[in-house]
Amino acid sequence: MTRVEVAVVGAGPAGLCAAVAAAGQGARVLVLDDAHHPGGQLTKQTHKFFGSRRQRAGTRGIELAGVLAGEAREQGVEFWPASTALGYYPADGVLTVDRGGRFLKVRPDALVIATGASERMLAFPGNDLPGVYGAGAVQTLMNVYGVRPGRRVLMVGAGNIGLIVSYQLVQAGVEVAAVVEAAPRIGGYAVHASKLRRLGVPILVSHSVKAAYGSPAVEMASIWQLDERWEGVAGSERRLSCDAIGLAVGLSPLTDLLWQAGCAMRYVAELGGHVPVRDEVGETSVPGVYVAGDAGGVEEASSAMATGRLAGLGASRRLGYAAGYEEAVEETRADLAALRQGPTAGKIRRGLQLLREGAG
Amino acid sequence: MEPQDEVIICRCEDLTLGDIRRALLCGAATLDEVKRLTRCGMGACQGRTCGMLVAQELARAGSRPLGEIALPRFRPPGKAVLLGSLAAAEREDRGDLHG
Repeated sequence: MTRVEVAVVGAGPAGLCAAVAAAGQGARVLVLDDAHHPGGQLTKQTHKFFGSRRQRAGTRGIELAGVLAGEAREQGVEFWPASTALGYYPADGVLTVDRGGRFLKVRPDALVIATGASERMLAFPGNDLPGVYGAGAVQTLMNVYGVRPGRRVLMVGAGNIGLIVSYQLVQAGVEVAAVVEAAPRIGGYAVHASKLRRLGVPILVSHSVKAAYGSPAVEMASIWQLDERWEGVAGSERRLSCDAIGLAVGLSPLTDLLWQAGCAMRYVAELGGHVPVRDEVGETSVPGVYVAGDAGGVEEASSAMATGRLAGLGASRRLGYAAGYEEAVEETRADLAALRQGPTAGKIRRGLQLLREGAG
Repeated sequence: MEPQDEVIICRCEDLTLGDIRRALLCGAATLDEVKRLTRCGMGACQGRTCGMLVAQELARAGSRPLGEIALPRFRPPGKAVLLGSLAAAEREDRGDLHG
């Protein structure tokens, strides 16, 4: 049994910031992640962040992973790579972990769950063919392993992930046949969409993939137009030759551990699915169990860092490390409010409001 | 847009939308019931790929909002663990008790 003061599950932007904040307050912190390197999704993000300087704007995600991991190391945070949290047993407060094939038990005084989100799948004929990827998987292949997923890709979804990964595909010398988006408008930032359009990549709104064809792998896709009820319009089918299809159709919070801990959960579509009810520093309905980052609602990395910091401050304060707590929380909450300003964050604000009100 | 019966929903257990729809016709009304009838979500991904698709089908078939579809119970372990790992941990625990 390993005893720690604060255990953080997930070494992405939220988990690392939670760890740095808690350790900075004086707590003994352990972070574990199923990947071999810290950083989570940051490790494959070659684009620069938006926002203010304090929110690390202008830094590329991949660099940020190193910066945050370095801060964690300096603060004396212990990191377990290749370690998957398997379960949480609230009755005795034990977290079970598979650490590179060893089954271990960890007993933290406070637990921060920063497990992130998983990519959604889409139901269409041929979706099981080799060559059909989550857009995140495409990004991992290219930016982490230096492998091109194909020569000509159809991207499904024009949110930020679909747009950014499409742009990075072009940068890597892969042709993007088209980006199709089921909604009547592009969901991601105009700056990403404009870059793609300048490169001549068509972005088709009110369009989706109808089927994928090929043997033994994807050779072609058919796309079609959707009407206002999101039904395919007969006769609008078009065939595109492509050897890979990227699915960027949204993320779902990874909440297994939160359910196991017995946290009160609520379905909020705006936040990506079921998310835990929590207070302003992320403490759930189970005392001592905190949520941070996308596990609490799908947002962006900058917000994940801020919610991580809040959870780290909350968890360490619970253990009595309270120096400068109020100021640090206030400052971070102000950062978070600034990040959630603006029309693109309207959905997040609505979702958080619904979560607080207990509707849905 | 209503997908067809032959579309694969659960890749781990090789289940199509038709398989899921048959389970619904048998009276399954929750993800847990679909799971018990078909093994959907019991493979390597533990429902992380198919869960949302099955929930969507349950919502569509019952004309219910997605948020009302009860999720399956989440039980440890969250991923497959080697029996040898568990056995080794058990030996260590006994060592703790007697050693």
